[in-house]
Amino acid sequence: MFDFLEGYDVLAAFWLTIKLTVFSAVGSLVWGTMLAAMRVSPVPLMRGFGTAYVNIVRNIPLTVIIVFTSLGLADIFGMTMGASHDFNLQGFRLAVLGLVAYTAAFVCESIRSGINTVPLGQAEAARAIGLSFSQTLRLVILPQAFRSVIGPLTNVLIALTKNTTVAAAIGVAEAAFLMKEMIENEAQTLAIGAVFALGFVVLTLPTGLLLGWLGKRLAVKR
Amino acid sequence: MSSVLYDAPGPRAKRRNVLLSILFFVLLALLLWWLWEKMDDKNQLEWALWEPFTTSQAWTTYLLPGLADTMKAAALSMIIALPLGAFLGISRMSDHRWVRVPAGAVVEFFRAIPVLLLMLFANELYVRSSDISSEDRPMYAVVTGLVLYNASVLAEVVRAGILALPKGQTEAAFAIGLRKGQTMTSILLPQAVTAMLPAIVSQLVVIVKDTALGGVMLGFTELLNARSTLAANYANVVPSFIVVALIFIVVNFILTSFASWLEGRLRRSKRGTGAVLAPDDVEDNPAAIPGSYGTGQAV
Repeated sequence: MFDFLEGYDVLAAFWLTIKLTVFSAVGSLVWGTMLAAMRVSPVPLMRGFGTAYVNIVRNIPLTVIIVFTSLGLADIFGMTMGASHDFNLQGFRLAVLGLVAYTAAFVCESIRSGINTVPLGQAEAARAIGLSFSQTLRLVILPQAFRSVIGPLTNVLIALTKNTTVAAAIGVAEAAFLMKEMIENEAQTLAIGAVFALGFVVLTLPTGLLLGWLGKRLAVKR
Repeated sequence: MSSVLYDAPGPRAKRRNVLLSILFFVLLALLLWWLWEKMDDKNQLEWALWEPFTTSQAWTTYLLPGLADTMKAAALSMIIALPLGAFLGISRMSDHRWVRVPAGAVVEFFRAIPVLLLMLFANELYVRSSDISSEDRPMYAVVTGLVLYNASVLAEVVRAGILALPKGQTEAAFAIGLRKGQTMTSILLPQAVTAMLPAIVSQLVVIVKDTALGGVMLGFTELLNARSTLAANYANVVPSFIVVALIFIVVNFILTSFASWLEGRLRRSKRGTGAVLAPDDVEDNPAAIPGSYGTGQAV
């Protein structure tokens, strides 16, 4: 019944999907946090840059960004990401770059909205009892902000997992790329679709349930 | 700007802020200068590459038809997905377990898998078991994928919209003797639709962005696809990417602004219950919807 799987390495394709997700998640968390720090900083120029970046990147389709990394950055500007002879590795790294640039805008917005859920009264109360600036931030505000950020960040992570399929557009051999190949060459359209759909359900649903539950549990009840 | 993170600046903080501003400005200027140099280095700033965009031919033969296809697919998907989403969302709130559970399963399933997979699958299905011409097929496949995905996202929007209404609405409807179905169709749904409008418009942004997938993977002749034909003709890869990105930014920015204008208008309006579903309520925070842990969307 599952003989259509023969000759195709489905697990390897999903492993590449997972690798894309993990690398992009780490990268976009770092870059997104930096952007969020800029967006809430007291320096107007930094705020402006953060706002501009988020508004521009959020409105461009991810597909445009990913295809540009390949046709523009690699082919025209010669950005080979340190892998000029390994085409597969180069595609992978370019896809991660595109995913990080795109996802960071959403990470930034999630973190910022998390910070905004902390009421102004918390900071005022902290100052009123004589805490210094760093104490206010360290002991009162950030702990509350981090906890309310988990839920929104989970959604970004799940969306990122699904967005890694866009890397197929530049020939990264992840799950969607393999599915396209298989579905065109094999007869069992429905079964192939079901296998890949199941793969993504397995990747996204438990993450959503677990982190969603955690986010709800840890969120500050107001 | 007052923020929970810092006080109004005193003299020292002001000095520091100015210093940081200057430092950041220099860094930014260096970055821009470096980008400009890079572009110049690869001859991407030559007027010959940009000139086509000042002629009407580039727009009428490539970009505008592409944009029209993008908008057509997005509008069709939204129009089909809305009633389907409303149906799924209401089914999910049914009192009957045998309606609620399957509807919930369908919604969670289609939200959990990437929209690209749905498009690829629909495309292959149409190849094998329909006689849609190969010219129209990409469009059908793109719309099918987008409808399946967005109907399940909109189902959650509808549910959140109905749940956002004050409880008194349902109670009052029951008190004057309306049945469950009547309460839904003549009391809750009309009010919820108003409350949902901003969220629906901002979902349109997501749909517009997702049509680009069909351009690359299925050969649907939308804007990104039109770009590659244009670039093949004028040999201006980088400028064409920049122009297409700008078009997407403008279109989506208009939609986003419209959504927030609608939201503000609804919040201010004296009529109605004051229940508004901001775009972010559903996008970023499905945890706000009771009973939903969310499978992430809108990104």
